[in-house]
Amino acid sequence: MKLKKRIPVIDQGNKLGFWGGKFGGNFVPETLKKPIEDLEILFNNLKEDKKFIAERDKYFKNWIGTPTRFIKLENLTKHVGGAQIYSKVVSDANGGAHKIYNATVHCLLAKRSGKKVICGDTGAGYAGKMLSMAAKKFGLKCKIFMGAKDIARQQPNVKAMKKNGAEVVPVYSGSQTLVDAVSECMRFWVANCDTTAMCVGSTVGPAVFVRICGWSTSQISRELKVQLIEEFGSIPKKLKLYNCVGGGSSSFGFWNEFMDYDKKQCEFIGVEAGGPAKSKKHAAPLTYGSKIGILHGAAQYVNQNSDGQIEETESISAGLDYPGISPLHCFLKDTKRARYTSASDEDALKAYKLVTKFEKLRPSLEPSHAFFVAIVESKKFSKDTIVVVNSCGDAYKDKKILEQRLGIKYVKSN
Amino acid sequence: MLNPISAAFKIAKKEKRPALLTYTVAGDGSKKQSLNILKSISENVDILEVGVPHNTPVADGSQIQTSAYRAIKNGIKINDIFNIIKKFKKSRKNKPVILMGYYNMIFQYGENNYINKCKASGVNGLIVVDLPWPENKNFAKKCKSKSIYFIQLLSPTTTDTRLKKIIKDSHQMNYFISMLSTTGGKLKVTPKEILKNYNKIKKIDPKKQTVIGFGITEKTIGKLKSADGLVVGSAICKEITRSLNNRQNPVTNVSRLVKNLKKKTT
Repeated sequence: MKLKKRIPVIDQGNKLGFWGGKFGGNFVPETLKKPIEDLEILFNNLKEDKKFIAERDKYFKNWIGTPTRFIKLENLTKHVGGAQIYSKVVSDANGGAHKIYNATVHCLLAKRSGKKVICGDTGAGYAGKMLSMAAKKFGLKCKIFMGAKDIARQQPNVKAMKKNGAEVVPVYSGSQTLVDAVSECMRFWVANCDTTAMCVGSTVGPAVFVRICGWSTSQISRELKVQLIEEFGSIPKKLKLYNCVGGGSSSFGFWNEFMDYDKKQCEFIGVEAGGPAKSKKHAAPLTYGSKIGILHGAAQYVNQNSDGQIEETESISAGLDYPGISPLHCFLKDTKRARYTSASDEDALKAYKLVTKFEKLRPSLEPSHAFFVAIVESKKFSKDTIVVVNSCGDAYKDKKILEQRLGIKYVKSN
Repeated sequence: MLNPISAAFKIAKKEKRPALLTYTVAGDGSKKQSLNILKSISENVDILEVGVPHNTPVADGSQIQTSAYRAIKNGIKINDIFNIIKKFKKSRKNKPVILMGYYNMIFQYGENNYINKCKASGVNGLIVVDLPWPENKNFAKKCKSKSIYFIQLLSPTTTDTRLKKIIKDSHQMNYFISMLSTTGGKLKVTPKEILKNYNKIKKIDPKKQTVIGFGITEKTIGKLKSADGLVVGSAICKEITRSLNNRQNPVTNVSRLVKNLKKKTT
């Protein structure tokens, strides 16, 4: 298995949509074959269309707000005493997380295809919130599927979705988290694909959704590349990019533009959710060597039992609480372009405390996983190593969990 | 030897009625009950579809989901399912059985192992909901080499050119999904419209048998009688759930329902 240079990773899949010949694909009911093919044709044309790209960039700039900040975490760097620690504050984006890029592009595509309704899944509620924002902006009706457990633990985002006029459909099946929300959303699409567009909230699902999402979030690394050159004059000789990985949309977008650099110069570190330290359950299929299986239309490493039933996950972070992982990351793992590890719930909380203590930054529980590993590893790195952590979400949505686990003083107000 | 699936269609045709196909989930309500249901309904059913329960089913509506989750909760494993079919076949040797499920279960078992096990247990056909054409070409070939029908699904969204290509590759039986829906949805199109699509499919290769499924209940089954076969699934799963909730015997209740369904097709 080999990663090709000078070809975008999203376009390195084969005819049937498999990366490295085995990750991804389209394991979908017959009914979805046609709508998926239509979407593929539309996306393949538009992503080469200068007018469409100009339209995308206009909304990215004026509505999402690009570029998001690239800042040095001076105090944290001093405290850790190793590498220079920076953050790409993607949570600056309109709505407070990277999910806005994919949501915006999906709404633009839906508009082009003449669909009036868009449905989507959400875990932490960010994908849903952003889709509701974009749908409102572009005049589409919006339906969001969300696990009942997630609805209970991510209330601020649920409120935001409803305020934007979206219908939030609670999903009570299975573990009542993201995995069930995605299933329910796909089922809804099966029954309504003639009138409704579907937005998959991460780089998961049938191949075209993986590609659209990766294409959209790549905005993050396009900005970062410019910002690094502005800061250092060129891409640093020792650059390490840390990102949490659930479905894998923010990390893929954070790395994409640096794909062709040698990994000795530019290393990618993906941090999965290890779950509670005392629990055997986790949401880290790459770290724990889960077997390849089919989930939500794509072949990927996924937590499952020997029969092929998908296993329940456990993580403090709803956004990472997913048993599978993007086919793109499976591909990056097996080609050894990226390195994957995990952080536990407790690790993430520890990192959150540390970052908020030293910096004016409030990473949500998802990027707090990445911060943990970045801080631990930075201690061992030389002073000329540049560590960048993608702070891809804001912790406002986590206030209830943070209050419960750390006490009220750690809940930073808006 | 003629595949018992084809033989079943022949008999139904002779009797001038559509073949009646039922779908029940293996292990629902319990392993024993699901076997007893199969045995009991088989006298009125031409072809039995047995569902392999999966916990992330992307095409099933709430009734079948409920049955599937219940079966999984009861601890059903894939080898139990093969055992249920083996036991069933001991007493009803020629009654055709189709196993219906999602690809990951087959993938984990290993395609070849799965097909061999199917053969050994007496499975006559396979439906894999999320392995569409052309992705299923290889697997379908393997099935054929063991005289197991791989049943292709066709949908109202399947384009005409695609229909032709799929049917060219398909074995003796196709499954037409009546409407845009997960299993068990309310019929949102008229039977007339469904039959129009069905006839279009039949015309492509009249020799191949095509059954209609999704949304078929006691109320609607009579209006689709001109098809080669009709599948009832969710209505049966619903009856099992109802029976269990009311502490009644699902075997008797489902058998009664199936008897009624049969009556309405003749």
